[in-house]
Amino acid sequence: MPQAVYTPRREAPGESVVAVELRDVNKWFGSFHALKNIKLSVPRGQRVVICGPSGSGKSTMIRCINHLEEHQSGEIIVNGKPVAQDLRRIDEVRSNVGMVFQHFNLFPHLTVLENCMLAPVWVRKMPRMAAEQLARHYLDRVKIAEKATNYPGQLSGGQQQRAAIARALCMNPRVMLFDEPTSALDPEMVKEVLDTMVSLASEGMTMLCVTHEMGFAREIADRVVFMDHGEIVEANTPHEFFANSRSERARQFLAQILK
Amino acid sequence: MTDQSLRPPIVNLALMPAMAPPADVRPSPLTWIKRNLFSTPFSGALTICFVLLAVWLLHQVLSFAILNAVWSGGREACRANPEGACWPFIAQKFDYLRYGAYPISERWRVDLTQAIGAILIAWLLWTKAPRRKLAAMLFFVFYPVAAFVLLRGVALLHLPVIDTMLWGGLLITLLMSIVGIVFSLPIGILLALGRRSDLPIVKAVCLTFIEVVRGVPFITVLFMANFMMPLFVPDYLTPDRLLRPLIAIALFSSAYMAEVVRAGLQAIPKGQYEAAKALGISYFDMMRLIVLPQALTIVIPSIVSTFIGLFKDTTLVAIVGIADFLKAVETARVDPSWAGPTISSTGYLFAGLVYWGFCFGMSRYSQSMERQLARGHKS
Repeated sequence: MPQAVYTPRREAPGESVVAVELRDVNKWFGSFHALKNIKLSVPRGQRVVICGPSGSGKSTMIRCINHLEEHQSGEIIVNGKPVAQDLRRIDEVRSNVGMVFQHFNLFPHLTVLENCMLAPVWVRKMPRMAAEQLARHYLDRVKIAEKATNYPGQLSGGQQQRAAIARALCMNPRVMLFDEPTSALDPEMVKEVLDTMVSLASEGMTMLCVTHEMGFAREIADRVVFMDHGEIVEANTPHEFFANSRSERARQFLAQILK
Repeated sequence: MTDQSLRPPIVNLALMPAMAPPADVRPSPLTWIKRNLFSTPFSGALTICFVLLAVWLLHQVLSFAILNAVWSGGREACRANPEGACWPFIAQKFDYLRYGAYPISERWRVDLTQAIGAILIAWLLWTKAPRRKLAAMLFFVFYPVAAFVLLRGVALLHLPVIDTMLWGGLLITLLMSIVGIVFSLPIGILLALGRRSDLPIVKAVCLTFIEVVRGVPFITVLFMANFMMPLFVPDYLTPDRLLRPLIAIALFSSAYMAEVVRAGLQAIPKGQYEAAKALGISYFDMMRLIVLPQALTIVIPSIVSTFIGLFKDTTLVAIVGIADFLKAVETARVDPSWAGPTISSTGYLFAGLVYWGFCFGMSRYSQSMERQLARGHKS
């Protein structure tokens, strides 16, 4: 019954409408204060673009959300569940949060199809047949169905990144995190990945996306978060942010990247 | 802007079709020889020297082992010929070299054990064979029990118990190496994972074990296993005299294996771990499905080197009084009834050929494995 795959996840009544919430999150690398009192609340279905100069803590922040980085103080709540030390809790949070990396991080010893089936089979305990059907469905959606039996090394950068998106979607996540998904791509491949992300956004996926693609931010973001030196300087609608950002730091940053 | 090269500007509107490559021009054999063997006077001289050396060496070996060798007849024929190998000696001692002092009437048990082992190993190693999971089950669960019952014997099954004192020859060498190989890889993997673990006590235990074992010569480990273990363990728990060096060799090579595996683990990019964790995959599954398959593929050459080293290290068990294959050759060699000018050389040549045969086989197999696993990794 492939139709089941298309239906968006039904929320249980009374479930949290806030997908991701960060309450006064602080993080240090050694003595370096990487995240300073981060407060951010992302309602279900909202698309947030996070931008800022390099080293400003953007990646660190979204990596804290699925606990790839550990925060030292404050609270992170994902889909109503706190991200804490408890390993089993973390795996549960992670299996509901998809992540796409700058360098794709596909598993090179497995085919694209096997990459997509791995987590559904071993984490969700899905039968192989169903997992394969699911994987083929999402590979078709990111338009690389014909590459299913290839190894990642045989794909172009753009195709690899779309495969990585499909792999994350196979876990049917409620939130997708993108960590500079187009930064490692050749210029002519950026668009195919952004198009995939736009179509995902148009279906109501909750997205947090670290990117320098301001066109993309303008097109799909509900909110732009600007970070600098480990703090959130400004969070605003894209229209307001690009037209009249209130902080000097944001204006400087925009002047740098929008020549 | 008066650059002449821009005038007239280059504009190509049509797409140039791809053309077939020029026909393959092979250099004639003579050109090839000239280019590769005699490119300069010096290289020509080297070529001649090495060809002469190779021909001379080959001639020496062949004339000893084949041309001048004694192929039939008995001791007298061998004594009369100081020029070539004495193969009748090997033929007569062959059973002793294979079984040691294992009783003649019971040697079929060794044959059967080795035949089953050979079939199962071939089944496991042949990657295209059907039902390899069953083969693995049989080899790792059923076979050890069967081998124990067959080799040692169980009185209830009308198989007389053969004391391990009597075991010897190639039987011991193969037993030692297979047990060593089968145990050292998994123990090595566990030690390597332990050494990289975040849990401080696990890490300390693994690190200490690896460093202590690697810091001690294998002979010392053998002596300790043989003479000191009985001091610490009560009598009824003291392992059999054959089991002690078996444990020693498995633990000794697993310490080396741990370092080999660790090298592979370190070569796996952090992104692979992160991608696995981000999908919610547990530590155990991440290692089993993602990290170890890649890490072990990278270090296949070193793993096989360790196996080959282990195979040859089994000769050291002779020191604690176990008659392995080399020890059997030694014993056969000094048999006074066969005293002759070329008996020792023949014995050692044969021993060398047997060891080389097994090691070369392992090496070739690992190369074919590497080629097979390299598919799709050409990024």
